[in-house]
Amino acid sequence: MAQHGIDPTAPLTGEPTKKTKRKLAKELRTQLISFTFMIFLTTIAFISIASDAIPTGFAIPFILLLACIQVVLQLYVFMHLNERGNGWQNAMIWTGVLIAIPTVASLMLLLGIVKF
Amino acid sequence: MSYAKAQSKSAVWDWLTTVDHKKIGIMYLVAGAFFFALGGFEAILMRIQLMFPEASFLPAQTFNELLTMHGTTMIFLAAMPILFGLMNYIVPLQIGARDVAFPFLNSLGFWLFLFGGILLNLSWFFGGAPDAGWTAYVPLSSEYSGTGIDYYVLGLQISGAGTLIGGINFLVTIINMRAPGMSMMRMPLFTWSTFVASTLILFAFPALTIGLLLLMLERIFGATYFAVHAGGNVVIWQHLFWIFGHPEVYILILPAFGIFSEIISTFSKKRLFGYSAMVFATLLIGFLGFMVWAHHMFTVGMGPIANSIFAVATMAIAVPTGIKIFNWLFTMMGGRIQFTTANLFALGFIPSFVMGGVTGVMLATSAANYQFHDTYFVVAHFHYVIIGGVVLGIFGGAFYWWPRMFGYKLDEKLGKIFFWMFLFGFHLTFFVQHFLGLMGMPRRVASYLDGQGLNDMNFISTIGAFLMGVAFIIFVVNIFVSMKNRETSGDPWDGRTLEWTIPSPTPEYNFAQTPLVRDVDAYWHEKYEGDGKMKAAEPLGDIHMPNGSILPVIISIGLFISSFGFIYREHGVIWVAILGLAITFGAMFVRSIKEDHGYHIPVEEIKNDKGGK
Repeated sequence: MAQHGIDPTAPLTGEPTKKTKRKLAKELRTQLISFTFMIFLTTIAFISIASDAIPTGFAIPFILLLACIQVVLQLYVFMHLNERGNGWQNAMIWTGVLIAIPTVASLMLLLGIVKF
Repeated sequence: MSYAKAQSKSAVWDWLTTVDHKKIGIMYLVAGAFFFALGGFEAILMRIQLMFPEASFLPAQTFNELLTMHGTTMIFLAAMPILFGLMNYIVPLQIGARDVAFPFLNSLGFWLFLFGGILLNLSWFFGGAPDAGWTAYVPLSSEYSGTGIDYYVLGLQISGAGTLIGGINFLVTIINMRAPGMSMMRMPLFTWSTFVASTLILFAFPALTIGLLLLMLERIFGATYFAVHAGGNVVIWQHLFWIFGHPEVYILILPAFGIFSEIISTFSKKRLFGYSAMVFATLLIGFLGFMVWAHHMFTVGMGPIANSIFAVATMAIAVPTGIKIFNWLFTMMGGRIQFTTANLFALGFIPSFVMGGVTGVMLATSAANYQFHDTYFVVAHFHYVIIGGVVLGIFGGAFYWWPRMFGYKLDEKLGKIFFWMFLFGFHLTFFVQHFLGLMGMPRRVASYLDGQGLNDMNFISTIGAFLMGVAFIIFVVNIFVSMKNRETSGDPWDGRTLEWTIPSPTPEYNFAQTPLVRDVDAYWHEKYEGDGKMKAAEPLGDIHMPNGSILPVIISIGLFISSFGFIYREHGVIWVAILGLAITFGAMFVRSIKEDHGYHIPVEEIKNDKGGK
């Protein structure tokens, strides 16, 4: 019987091309910038709670907003959702978010305690 | 495993270990048909009890168990598995694939469903079936029910995992396994509706899983999510259940819509009218299906603004559904309509389903809903959409694809008798229930008093149920009587889509060569623009096949065994639960470390099948 295909688990050999090298360097730069930015966001979140500069009523939605930014950055930069060929993954994730929002909102608000 | 070894299995072992989407599809159909008959039998018992006022045919407790099991069985163990069976068999053929994306998971999904279903039904023999309705509202299900609800929670949890696995499998299959040229907008409507229904499964079933988990924690470990005396809230369950429950009815109806689109287009000898509008309407129904669940809870007391929002969103669904109805009518207009049994089901579906849709809009009117809520009006409504939509779709699909799946045509004459009897019985049963509801008869009651004007219509309703039962028996007889009508051409209906391009019976590798798709209704295009045969997208060669495996059965049996340990935890048998989980995880571990490369069907075999060309 004929040999069927090559072993996909075999380690890669040889040097990457110039194009790949440039791409990798660019990706490294983006990731470093995002990483720094995310540490900056975390610091702000920490400071806004640790110091009493911001009233609690504002601080909670504020750090939730920062958390949302971090999640999006995490997904797009570090989990490579921004790369080509991820259209379906993007569509599915955002559909899930879109469906989760009314779910969470109703479980918080529409429990019959307060009438709307 | 070699090709020769894969061919030499005994029949029983072959069916237990199969990962072939066609065999799994047939197993889904057989198991689903069994549970359908069971659920129908339960319904007839209930109708006998309600035939006369203050009848004593059944005790009230048994009646409660029957109504719970009828609903649960019909939704989870009959309608969905039968649709899954059709999807499993047909979708890979319609997109020109050799199998689903994850054949092993496909098999696991089936066995999980089957053992979940068996577990649920074993409750009849061990201390009583669940009795809190298919919705299992708390606190009735958490504080006032016996072990039946434990069977309900664990049985649905296991079969729900199977459904989720199946849904994800279809999504990946449809996204990744389409033949060259088969773009998303060239997919047959049944494949499209399977895709949207699978998306709904992906997003809706986690809500059920969480709801059942909370109920399980509450019942087994004394959690207090729903216990009002401990600060819980019973409305949480209703939200979680209906966030799952409403998309669930679209999971059922969308594939039926897809089936009708195929049937109507084939038997009108016309391309489906407004293909892109149909796809868009399907997507829109799927999306809106997630935004309307609270219309099941209008009387809970969420408040007037919340009720209004959900009422308007619900009525909005009538728009894309109307688009679909008109597109079917326009597909038929000017077509050469053939009144085959399959097409009769499609034609009977349109007025029946529209009636169910209209009562749906009535129920969506939140102010009027206070009057309709929990009456027979609701029962009439959802039986009109589910029988008039899903069940007619299943039977239409069965008559349409039967030659493809089993290699023979069902008898048309018996089929037509079956259709008319079933349709007549169905309307006789449920049309009068609208009026029973408007007169104030509550649903889920085991009896009613004499002299309230309910006697005649309940009697009529029961006669209709008997007719449906007899009709189903005729269908079963038809299956056996028709076995002699061998169908060998592979294309008995002058079909339009890829599943009719392959010889009958379907070879296990489906397509000797992956076809090249050049238009919507690919086969029809080749018949009228080409030479009547599909162009091949690859040369003839060895075909890679996955190995069969017994592990899905073992994984499912492990969960089945462990459920008993949890149900009878108070009898000190928690070790049974641990043993079952050990079996499951052990089998999963074996699956993870065992290398499994499948085998190849040699090209000579494929040439033999094609008649030695």
